[in-house]
Amino acid sequence: MKHNLILRVVSKFLIPLIILFALYVQFHGDFGPGGGFQAGVIFSAAIILYALVFGLNAAEKIIPQRILHILASLGLFIYAAVGVVAMLFGGNYLDYSVLGSTQVAGQHLGILLVELGVGITVSAVMLIIYFTFAGRGRE
Amino acid sequence: MIDILSNVILLAFLAITAIAIVRMTNLFAIIMLFGIFSLLSAGLFVVMDAADVAFTEAAVGAGISTVLMLATLALIKSQKEKKPSAHRPWLPLAVVAVTGAFLIYGTLDIPNFGDPNAPAQTHVAPYYLEKAMPETGVPNVVTAILASYRGFDTLGEVAVVFTAGVAVLLLIGGRRKKQKTLIENNTNANTNIKTKTGTNKETNNKKAPNET
Repeated sequence: MKHNLILRVVSKFLIPLIILFALYVQFHGDFGPGGGFQAGVIFSAAIILYALVFGLNAAEKIIPQRILHILASLGLFIYAAVGVVAMLFGGNYLDYSVLGSTQVAGQHLGILLVELGVGITVSAVMLIIYFTFAGRGRE
Repeated sequence: MIDILSNVILLAFLAITAIAIVRMTNLFAIIMLFGIFSLLSAGLFVVMDAADVAFTEAAVGAGISTVLMLATLALIKSQKEKKPSAHRPWLPLAVVAVTGAFLIYGTLDIPNFGDPNAPAQTHVAPYYLEKAMPETGVPNVVTAILASYRGFDTLGEVAVVFTAGVAVLLLIGGRRKKQKTLIENNTNANTNIKTKTGTNKETNNKKAPNET
C-alpha cells in the first residue's frame, strides 16, 4: 500500500486526529466514557494505521521496539508505584485519598496517574503484539 | 419504541452475521465479518447505555483484533479449507439443540433488563452510585469503580495485558531464529567464499613459486 496516494494523504489527515482523540479519551475518561484502556488502544490504532500505509520500517522508526518494551513495563510500574506511594503517605495500597490535600483531590490525582499507566502499557503492548506479528512476514 | 426497534434490528444483524461466519469458508471474509460482528455488538451496548463497554468493544473487537487477525492471516499460507467430512450431523445437532433449549429456559428466570430489584442492582451498586461522586469527585462512575474502588483488580488486568505482550515477545518475537539461520547461511557462504578464495590463493601461491 506504499504507493497508494489517496491512502497516504487521507491517513496523514486522520492520524493526528486519532492521536488527539486518544489523548481526549485518556484525560477525559473521568468525565465521559473511556479511560486508559480505550485510549491506549486508540493510540496504538493510529500507529498501526501508519504502519499499514507507510510500512513497518517507517513505523518502527517513530517508536522503536526497544522503547516499546520500556513503555510497556513503565505503565505497569506507574500503576504499582502509585499504590506504594499511597502506602508511604500512610494509607492502604492503592488508596488514593491520602495523595492530595483533600480526599477528592487525592482520588482525582490517583485515578489520573493510574489511568495514565494503563494507557501507556496497553498502547505499548498492542503495538508490540502488532509489530511482532507483522514483523514475522518481513524478510 | 425506537429502543426496541434498534434492539431487534441489531440483534437480527448479529444473528445474520453469525450464521454468515459459520457458513463462510474464505478466511479473509470471516475476519471482516468478525469486525462487523464486534461493531454491531458495540452498537447494542450503546443502546443498553453501556458506553464504556461499547467503546472497548469497538476499539478492541472491531479495530485492533481485526488488524491482528489480518496480520496473522498474512503469515499463514492461504490453504483451501477441507471439505467437511461425511459424518452424520444428528448427534452434534441434538447436543446443540438441547443446550440451547436449556439456555433459553435459563433466561426465563433472569430479571428484566434494568430491573431495579435485580440482585446485581441491590448489592453494592447503590453504594457506588451514591458515594462515587462525593468520595472521588469523578462524574463517570465506571471510571471511579474501575480505577479507585476496584483499583487492585485493574492493576491485575494491566498485569495481564503486560504478560500477554511479554508472552508474544517470548514466543514469536525477537527474530532470533531467523537471524541465526541467516547468520548460519552467511557464515556458510563466507566459509565457502573463504575456502574458494583460500584455494585460489593457495593455487596462486602454488603457482607463484612456479612462476618465479
